[in-house]
Amino acid sequence: MSIEITGIGKRFGDFVALDDVSVRIPTGQLTALLGPSGGGKSTLLRIIAGLEHADEGTVEIDGVDATHVRPQRRDVGFVFQHYAAFKHLSVYRNVAFGLEIRKRSKAEVRERVTELLELVHLEQFADRLPSQLSGGQRQRMALARALAVEPKVLLLDEPFGALDAKVRRELRDWLRRLHDEVRVTTVFVTHDQEEALEVADEIVVINDGRIEQVGTPDDLYDRPANDFVMRFLGPVTRLGPDLVRPHDLELHPGEVDGAVAGEVSRVVRVGFEVRVEVTAADQVVLVTLTRTQFLALGVDVGSPVWVSPAAGAPTVAAVGPAPGDRSLVPG
Amino acid sequence: MAEAATVARRPRRRGRARRAPSRYVLRAIVAAYLLLLVAWPVSLVAKNAFADGLTDLRAILEDPDVMHALGLTVRVAVVAVVVNTVFGVGMSILLVRYEFPGKRLLSALVDLPLSVSPIVVGLALVLVYGGRDGWFGPALEDAGFQVIFATPGIVLATVFVALPLVIREVVPVLEEVGVEQEQAAHSLGAGALATFRRITLPTIRWAVVYGVVLSLARSLGEFGAVKVVSGNVLGQTRTATLVVEEKYLNFDKGGAYATAFLLALVSVACITVVSIIRPRTSEETTP
Repeated sequence: MSIEITGIGKRFGDFVALDDVSVRIPTGQLTALLGPSGGGKSTLLRIIAGLEHADEGTVEIDGVDATHVRPQRRDVGFVFQHYAAFKHLSVYRNVAFGLEIRKRSKAEVRERVTELLELVHLEQFADRLPSQLSGGQRQRMALARALAVEPKVLLLDEPFGALDAKVRRELRDWLRRLHDEVRVTTVFVTHDQEEALEVADEIVVINDGRIEQVGTPDDLYDRPANDFVMRFLGPVTRLGPDLVRPHDLELHPGEVDGAVAGEVSRVVRVGFEVRVEVTAADQVVLVTLTRTQFLALGVDVGSPVWVSPAAGAPTVAAVGPAPGDRSLVPG
Repeated sequence: MAEAATVARRPRRRGRARRAPSRYVLRAIVAAYLLLLVAWPVSLVAKNAFADGLTDLRAILEDPDVMHALGLTVRVAVVAVVVNTVFGVGMSILLVRYEFPGKRLLSALVDLPLSVSPIVVGLALVLVYGGRDGWFGPALEDAGFQVIFATPGIVLATVFVALPLVIREVVPVLEEVGVEQEQAAHSLGAGALATFRRITLPTIRWAVVYGVVLSLARSLGEFGAVKVVSGNVLGQTRTATLVVEEKYLNFDKGGAYATAFLLALVSVACITVVSIIRPRTSEETTP
């Protein structure tokens, strides 16, 4: 049930949403399409579902060309950011919808729906209307509804985007466990790098209508293909000509070979973490240390220090904006 | 959710307390306005209809010509409402869900019947379908189908004037609910027809009901366009509103008020029935 996307292009007027995108989404895995808003990831997902037509390129689902197949024949489950609950139908009827369309027997529908409502922990809400559920419950209902028809692939468009942070984290864990149980090929769109790193088996980073990198969370974090991926996946700072993660930097109170000399210009403590800004030559380097590490160094504002990347720390040649700018705000 | 609801309610309550005096003044103005312009005049019609007890009402109910006119009005209104409902729902979906060149023009055109005087509509229909020198009429007449001065013409005129009412009720609802529920239905395997029947129609049903009621009331009450195209033939093409005019001009005030009362009664009944059943189910349709 893999998905093969080849040379997909899509424009909305003058705006290029996707530009010659090709990617293979493997069977049975949980894949994240990650990228900033407006980067084209949702458009790609909607093209896979058939809700949007590509201007060029092909989509193959499970080895079958689905490019011109209508959405109702694609056998995909789609979950929307804002749930798209059928407001006039009970939770039970919502989940039963796809089965009723397929004219399954009443007994079969009841069995399957009951099973799914148990899976998403909504069995006691079967007779409620969607308006009587919380956001998280509605999204779980939408997920059960999509799973009811046993789709070849499950597509989720920013599924937790409309939920508050706590519920989002719970549902994220729950989705991962659910996927381990159900094992259906799943693609979800997110702009939250933490969500992607935590949940996905594989991540496709999309920006400006193009794929920046495809890989496992470890690949992406440890071996970013370019400065965009590096910046998007976590905080970065600049050391000389390179981008490097602030927690991959070491501070030395005395001179060390290959280290950059500077002076501590600012110290901010946030919980267990200490953020040290070092002014070295014409740039400000951000270094994050644990509280213990910082105290062991015995330095403070004004102390001379030497900064070097830790052994094996990923670095990427910096392109674009000046040092220090977006270093604290990933994405 | 419950928490969010209380948070949202709190500032509103404070606002109400502060704005109370101006609020009562506004209410009084609105009430007085509606009373003077609508409620009082209409109630006077009722009062005049019963000026001689039930005599006038009994007289028109026993008059076969009036009964024929009432029957004709009801038949025409029902046909016009059915046509406008089917057309209106289809047109609303077209206007909201599809992009095509000339969409704005079409949308403006749909409003035309509300802005054009019905008598102009009547004249326009005569120019097109007139039996002797209409543009299309003689051909139809040769085929044995008379439009002007016959029931089809009355239906046509009524359909025309009530055309936007269903559309103007349904379009905002379709726009507000958005396309996601329909897309979800598609992705679950529902074709266009199943999606319409199971998702779209239940979503817009109250808008349709309201549009139907407004159309019905408008169709029952149409006068100007019908007057031109019907020919006003007693016992054949004279509708209820034409009876009112006829009786009024012939100094049969009692008969005119009694017939007018019946017309008003149906309209008020329609709107009352809808407003009684609507709030009870509106809870389930709110997001």
